[in-house]
Amino acid sequence: MDQFTLNLLVVGATFALYIGIAIWARAGSTAEFYAAGRGVHPVMNGMATGADWMSAASFISMAGIIAFGGFNTSAYLMGWTGGYVLLAMLLAPYLRKFGKFTVPEFIGDRFYSQTARTVAVVCLIIASVTYVIGQMTGVGVAFSRFLEVSNETGLFIGAAIVFMYAVVGGMKGITYTQVAQYVVLIVAYTIPAIFISLELTGNPIPGLGLFSQTQSGQPLLTELNGLLVDLGFSNYTEQTDTTLNMFLFTLSLMIGTAGLPHVIVRFFTVPSVADARVSAGWALVFIALLYLTAPAVGAMARLNLINTVYPQGVAEAPLAYEARPDWVKNWEQTGLLKFDDKNGDGLIQYVADDAANEFTVNRDIITLANPEIANLPGWVIALVAAGGLAAALSTAAGLLMAISSAVSHDLIKSQINPSISEKGELLSARIAMAVAIAVATWLGLNPPGFAAQTVALAFGLAASSIFPALMMGIFSKRINNTGAVAGMLSGLIVTLIYIFLHKGWFFVAGTASFSDADPLLLSVKSTSFGAVGALINFVVAFVVSGMTKETPQEIQDLVESIRVPKGAGAAVDH
Amino acid sequence: MDDTSSSNAYWKANIRTIQIFLVIWFVCSFGFGILLRPMLSGIGVGGTDLGFWFAQQGSILVFLVLIFAYAARMNKLDREHGVEE
Repeated sequence: MDQFTLNLLVVGATFALYIGIAIWARAGSTAEFYAAGRGVHPVMNGMATGADWMSAASFISMAGIIAFGGFNTSAYLMGWTGGYVLLAMLLAPYLRKFGKFTVPEFIGDRFYSQTARTVAVVCLIIASVTYVIGQMTGVGVAFSRFLEVSNETGLFIGAAIVFMYAVVGGMKGITYTQVAQYVVLIVAYTIPAIFISLELTGNPIPGLGLFSQTQSGQPLLTELNGLLVDLGFSNYTEQTDTTLNMFLFTLSLMIGTAGLPHVIVRFFTVPSVADARVSAGWALVFIALLYLTAPAVGAMARLNLINTVYPQGVAEAPLAYEARPDWVKNWEQTGLLKFDDKNGDGLIQYVADDAANEFTVNRDIITLANPEIANLPGWVIALVAAGGLAAALSTAAGLLMAISSAVSHDLIKSQINPSISEKGELLSARIAMAVAIAVATWLGLNPPGFAAQTVALAFGLAASSIFPALMMGIFSKRINNTGAVAGMLSGLIVTLIYIFLHKGWFFVAGTASFSDADPLLLSVKSTSFGAVGALINFVVAFVVSGMTKETPQEIQDLVESIRVPKGAGAAVDH
Repeated sequence: MDDTSSSNAYWKANIRTIQIFLVIWFVCSFGFGILLRPMLSGIGVGGTDLGFWFAQQGSILVFLVLIFAYAARMNKLDREHGVEE
């Protein structure tokens, strides 16, 4: 059977599974549509959160980012996992006790302010839309590489699948599809990693292989460091970023993770407060399975890449272009891997010096090309294709759910037509979902300038506006409506301005006054500014609240009640 | 709240737990992985140093332990203060 047929079979089988689940898990009420009826087992919810959270970026890009960034990229590993500790202790249990459907709804009720709720809706929509475009383009790339259809066709197929289970099943359909998608993506990620680790180090667990010895008798990382230095690169394990920027970047990713609405709402689906706490732990277990493997995949892929180009060692002549392996040929066709024979000797020079380097590898191909680099059988390649699609589709569905419930519940039901019936709201939620999918597909086909800024924009906004508002709403009774709105707006605006100063105003090229290589404040890059924005939010909220009227008694009672688990069951049928 | 004094004690115990856990969270990620890494460079782990291990793996393992420990501790506090569901 040829590779194409195999890809088609494996991807087709996983899609059939997702559609089957969608038909089984139809949503009949708003509680089912928004919160899966609050009957999801905490372990199941953990698995769904894993798929919801791990996007095309985690599955496709992260290993490559680590492979070419070395120690500096530890910020992603710590940042995208450490946020779950904050979520478990500072947000999830209390928001579950609150027992409503959306993140803006909590902000609106707690700060008794439609303005606060609207600011939260705007942040949610900007962050989620930026995020979803990346998923849609990821779907297009995976389809075009593995199923030989055009980017556009791939996008339409992906959108149609999401449409089927998200519009019909709402949160309920999405939850159970995400569980299936998690299984597909983790199997697809782990199998090639195990083979590669075995081949290089003899250790079947990639996370341990990273710190083991290779056949040369040297530890893997020592060998990699040595090769890289010989080729003029910096040490893999050395920190080249400034400590200040790495610190702030890690912190921004952590609080951004905890503040992303599509992740938070997953904890509204479990039956109790205790379940919300433990479910965050299960989510991190399932995420860690990939995140403990990713740094190993990254380092091993870099080592394999160097060994491919320099089969006799870096002191000897590199590989002749004519003798390049098949995987190099395959990926050359996508343009993501390039050879430019600058000195005309027909050999592939791969060195740090840009003027002499002839071999450019896009970091996004590392995970996808891994099975080919390691000469694994065809079904593994097909599985990786299905895994990449599962990662992108599951995250896209979670984001679309957050967007559509913000529109139907926080805008239509709360501000435009409060007397809407449950049936009417359910219908409007489905229409909002369908529109959101159409918009996301269109944006995937015509990516705007901000599409590439997911890390700065989505995490920046979640960190600077949503996370502090939620945390202060739970941990302080003193923060009032004026303080919260002032805090959210100042955190949000200062962060946006900082991003615009470095990336261009509204991401229009050529309008930036600074660059991330030489930023405005010390060494703080625009992607690391979310943590500073959060600090501004906290300070402004406290100062303004201190100067204005105290929160009313019923709001203080509300805060008291969300702090204790007792009574969360009653909220199920609200 | 009909039982404010009990829920106040419960909340204080929760805050104390969170503070302790956040210190561990901070030290094992920002501390060992970034700020204190130069001081740990003498301790070798599989071809590199302990700081590198914490930054790429150790911190994640600590996060896992922290969340489950917090969930267990809170379940106990819930029962002790009679606020469980």
